[in-house]
Amino acid sequence: MYSEKVMDHFKNPRNMGEIEQPKGVGTVGNAKCGDIMRMYLDIDKDGVIRDAKFKTFGCGAAVATSSMATELVIGKTVQEALLVTNKAVMEALDGLPPVKVHCSLLAEEAIHAALWDYAKKEGIVIEGLKEPVEDIEEREMEDDL
Amino acid sequence: MREQIYLDNAATTRMAPEVFAAMQPYFMESYGNPSSIYAFAQKSGAAVERAREEVAALIGARADEIYFTGGGSEADNWAILGAAEANAKKGGHIITSCIEHHAVLHTCAYLEKRGHAVTYLDVDENGTVDLSQLKQAIRPDTALISIMAANNEIGTVQPIAEIGRIAREHGILFHTDAVQAYGHMPLNVEEMKIDLLSASAHKIYGPKGVGFLYIRKKTNLPSLIHGGAQERGKRAGTLNVPGIVGFGAAAKRAAERMEASWNQTKELRDYLIRRIESEIPFSVLNGHRTERLANNVHFCFRFIEGESMLMLLDEEGICASSGSACTSGSLDPSHVLLSIGRPHEIAHGSLRLTLSEETTRRELDVTVEALKKAVERLRAMSPLYEDYRKTNAQEEAYVQ
Ligand code: FES
Repeated sequence: MYSEKVMDHFKNPRNMGEIEQPKGVGTVGNAKCGDIMRMYLDIDKDGVIRDAKFKTFGCGAAVATSSMATELVIGKTVQEALLVTNKAVMEALDGLPPVKVHCSLLAEEAIHAALWDYAKKEGIVIEGLKEPVEDIEEREMEDDL
Repeated sequence: MREQIYLDNAATTRMAPEVFAAMQPYFMESYGNPSSIYAFAQKSGAAVERAREEVAALIGARADEIYFTGGGSEADNWAILGAAEANAKKGGHIITSCIEHHAVLHTCAYLEKRGHAVTYLDVDENGTVDLSQLKQAIRPDTALISIMAANNEIGTVQPIAEIGRIAREHGILFHTDAVQAYGHMPLNVEEMKIDLLSASAHKIYGPKGVGFLYIRKKTNLPSLIHGGAQERGKRAGTLNVPGIVGFGAAAKRAAERMEASWNQTKELRDYLIRRIESEIPFSVLNGHRTERLANNVHFCFRFIEGESMLMLLDEEGICASSGSACTSGSLDPSHVLLSIGRPHEIAHGSLRLTLSEETTRRELDVTVEALKKAVERLRAMSPLYEDYRKTNAQEEAYVQ
């Protein structure tokens, strides 16, 4: 049911772990299935993401999307990282089964939550970044419509 | 080739060779329709009747109380819809439990939409229904009590004989979904006062797509499938002759070895439970410790999620299942685990290992090692475990 890329990222997750004293960290949960994702970011003074790590309590797709999301944001500026949407993560993984689309939203939201934390700590405003919602079910419902 | 270890025998079993052999003549040689008049077809008819006797014998029923169906789900649907319809005048209230198979629960939900009242009995932490609650739930218009003999997820065996007695005392029909119990443990429709019983062949090393509903003599139960006069006019449709013959062979085989097979798997079951409990921290056994199917092992592992666990086990060639939402295509956690009081995030990390007669201790040893690795790996990845460790430095010392 999963693509080869999803299986690869599930079996060999990239950037799994924690960052000591991260510049930004965000945790998001999905009320729909109960899965949880945490993203750590290390960001240099030019606003470039130097490192990203994740921890995930969730299904195979959740693990794979977390892994892919970290790969996609590393090396990007904070502004560029905002363009790493769930669709971008899904495409990079050669797609997900329909029932697993919500898992990729978790990855997008985790990036946003970590960036929000970073902006708060730095006292800056990242243009286009909205405050993350505690649990992402609401947004998903809108997407479903 | 990598060895495969099949531990999902509650989902389905591998057909026994003697069952396969018994079925074979009924595909290409004796392929006649038992409803036909000529002698050739009567061979098929005779084989069906032999099978009927064999499946009936296993529950102490008469052959003419057995109605073959397309499986356990059809039998469940028929029993419940039929009892509700037959007793519509009386009111048609139904009592069932909250941990039934979906074939029962969804049928009850359908009836609720059509105006029937349904009471869902709670279960305790072990998954056992509460008999005093059952007695209290009985109303003048109660038409049916439907309680499964043994649970398909957590393996808990229900006090069927007591439930039957209560039902009989109140003159209420008693149906039991015995799909997981039939052929595995002794069931007797007389002693247990069962009026309707559903069973399925493929859980006892028989073929898929065939089951039966036992209907006690003189029970008024309208048909579910209308058409020809097969099954004494109660269940239309050309008989699945090879399937039914296979069911008979599987039942006969089960009768011969039930006790030995129960004891053998039970010993392995307890061995597996012991190893998991002592070697994997934060593991929680689900279901009753003793009143449970001999082949069922069901655990929740805290801080991890079921689908990931199954995928890692699959990598090692181990076929297992989980009550976990993600695998079933629905995202809700198992209704059974929630009913026995497991919180959402613990219910999420569930694993069901169901043994067969062929399962060996060595296979279980391999499984335990693979499971330890999988759990460890997923915990290392789990933000919940990270949080737990950070707030519980002391316990951490214990874990490591
Ligand atoms: S099923 Fe919930 S994150 Fe995948």
